Amino acid sequence: MAMKYNWDWSVVLCRAPEQAAAVTGGSGAQLPGGVSALAGGAAQTFDTGAHCAQPYFDWIVSGLGWTVVVSIFAWMIAFTVGSVVGVARTLDQPWVRRGATAYVELFRNVPLLVQMFLWFFVVPELLPKETGHFLKRQLPLPEYWTAIVCLGFYHASRTAEQVRAGIESIPRGQTYAALAMGLTTPQVYRYVLLPVSYRIIIPPLTSDFMGIFKNSSVGLTIGVLELTAQSRQIAEYTFNIFEVFTVTTVLYMLITLIVSTIMRFVEKRLHIPGTIALGGN
Amino acid sequence: MNTRLGVLVACLAAFAATPATAQELYGTLKKVKEKGEIVMGHREASVPFAYIGPEGKPIGYSIDLCDKIVDKVKADLKMPNLKVKQVPVTPQTRIPLLANGTIDIECGSTTNNLTRTQQIDFLAVTYITGTKLAVKKGSGIKEIEDLKGKAIGLALGTTNEKAIKSVADQLKIDLKYHMVKDHPQGWLALETGRVDAYATDDVLLYGLISKSKDPSKYEVVGRFLSYDPYGIMVRRDDSAIRLLGNTVLADLMRSGEMQKIYDKWFNPGPTNIKMPISADLKKAYEIQALPY
Repeated sequence: MAMKYNWDWSVVLCRAPEQAAAVTGGSGAQLPGGVSALAGGAAQTFDTGAHCAQPYFDWIVSGLGWTVVVSIFAWMIAFTVGSVVGVARTLDQPWVRRGATAYVELFRNVPLLVQMFLWFFVVPELLPKETGHFLKRQLPLPEYWTAIVCLGFYHASRTAEQVRAGIESIPRGQTYAALAMGLTTPQVYRYVLLPVSYRIIIPPLTSDFMGIFKNSSVGLTIGVLELTAQSRQIAEYTFNIFEVFTVTTVLYMLITLIVSTIMRFVEKRLHIPGTIALGGN
Repeated sequence: MNTRLGVLVACLAAFAATPATAQELYGTLKKVKEKGEIVMGHREASVPFAYIGPEGKPIGYSIDLCDKIVDKVKADLKMPNLKVKQVPVTPQTRIPLLANGTIDIECGSTTNNLTRTQQIDFLAVTYITGTKLAVKKGSGIKEIEDLKGKAIGLALGTTNEKAIKSVADQLKIDLKYHMVKDHPQGWLALETGRVDAYATDDVLLYGLISKSKDPSKYEVVGRFLSYDPYGIMVRRDDSAIRLLGNTVLADLMRSGEMQKIYDKWFNPGPTNIKMPISADLKKAYEIQALPY
C-alpha cells in the first residue's frame, strides 16, 4: 500500500521569521539551499529561505552542539578514569586489582539507560540533603552534567578493558627487562608499557569514541536536549518525522565519519613499524 | 464452449460476492480485506484510555470504542473471523506507524489538532481535556503565574509542552523547563523536588495522583492552559474508514451507550479515578450524534 504522507523537507531549514528577515535585510547575501548552509555551519549569518513558526534549523544546530559538547567532555572523563582503572587492573597489588575489576564489572554490566536514571534520580536522594538539593536545584544545567558524568564513567569501564588488554599484549619479558635495568614500577608503565599499549589500542578506542557520540542520545531520557531530543521535538511540532530523522541520521554519520578520520590520522602519526596497529599497513 | 461457460460462472460468482452497496473498496478497508487482518495500535500506560490491564491485554475507554469500530468492519466486510492484531505505540511512533501502514487505527489519548491532521486523520472527538499543573499541596502555587523563576516538568513530544511554552512566552513568565521522557519520570521529578510543578492533561494528572504513594500530598491546580480534544486516529485521505468509524461513534453517542462506556472507565473506573462526565464532553456527545 502506498504510504499516505505529506513530504516537506523545508521544515529542517526553518529559521525564526524575524531573525531571517533581519539577516536578509542586512546583507542581502543568501546561500542557495540548505545543504551548503549546513556545510557552512555559521548558523547566524544566512537565511535558508524557509520560514515557519519555530526556528527548527537552529534547534538542530543547538542539538548538534550539545551532542558534541557532552560527548567530548564524557570522553575526557572516560579516557582519564579508564586509563587509571585499566592500569590498576594490571598491577600486582591484589586489592587494587580487585577494586578495579569491581569498577569495570559494575559499570559495564548495567545498561546505560538504567545508569542514567540512577545518576539523575537516585544519587541525589542518597546524598546528604543539602548536597542533593544543590544537585537538583542550584547546579546550572543539572541534566547535562549528569549525562556527562554518567557517560564518562560508563565508557571508562570499556576504555579500562582496552588499556588492560593493550598492556597485557606486551610480552612480560619487557617488564622484567625494564625492572632489571632499575626502573621503578611507575617508570616501567610511563616509559615502557603505556607508550606502546596506547598505540596498539587506537582502533578499539576509536570505535568507543564513536560510541560515545551515539550513546549521548540516551541523555534525552533525563532531559538533555541533544540532537535526537531536538529531532523528536521538531517531529512533534511539525509531524514531518521522516524528514527530520533522515537529517539526524546523516548528521550522526557525519560526526562519526569525522571522528574516525581524525583517529586514523592520529594512528598513522603514532604508528610504530612492526606492530599490529594500522591493520597490516 | 467449456471456457466460455467457465468465464460466465466466474463472473456470476464474482457478482454474487459483491456487497449490496456495490462500492469498490479502497484504502484501509481494501488493505484489511486483502490481508485478512486489521492492526490496532494502542498505548500501554495511558490510564484509563488505553493501558495494559491485569490480564496483560490492552484495555480502556479508547480500546472499547475501537473494538466497536472493528466489529463494524467485520460486519461490513462480511468477515466475522477477521484477525485483530494489537501493536503497542508511543507518542513518538503513533503517527509514523499509522502513516506507513504498520497500524490501521490508533486507540489511545491523542489530541486532535490541525498540524497532526496534515499527516493523519481523526474520528469524532471522544474526550475533552486540557493542560493543568500538578503541585505539592502547600506549595502556594495556584496558577502558572506563581511559577515565576521556578522549575516545571514537561514530557518531550506532547502537546502540553508546546502549550506551556507558548503560554509562558505570551505572559512573559520566566520558567525553568525540565524535559522528561514520560509521565512516570515527570512524576518522579515532582516527587523528589527536582521540579515545582508537572504539567500534562488534567485527566492524566488525576490518574498519576491516584497511583502515587501518597495521593493526599498532591493537587491539580489552575485554569486550563490548553484545549485538548482526544480522537481515534485513522489514515488520511480515506473517507470510507472515517465514515465507518464516525457512524459507530455517532450511534454510540445517540443511543446513550457512549455515556455507559464513559462511566465504566471514569466514574469511578477500575483505577478509581472518579471523574464524572464534564458538561463540555456531554455536549460534545450530543453535537456529534449525527442523524442518518
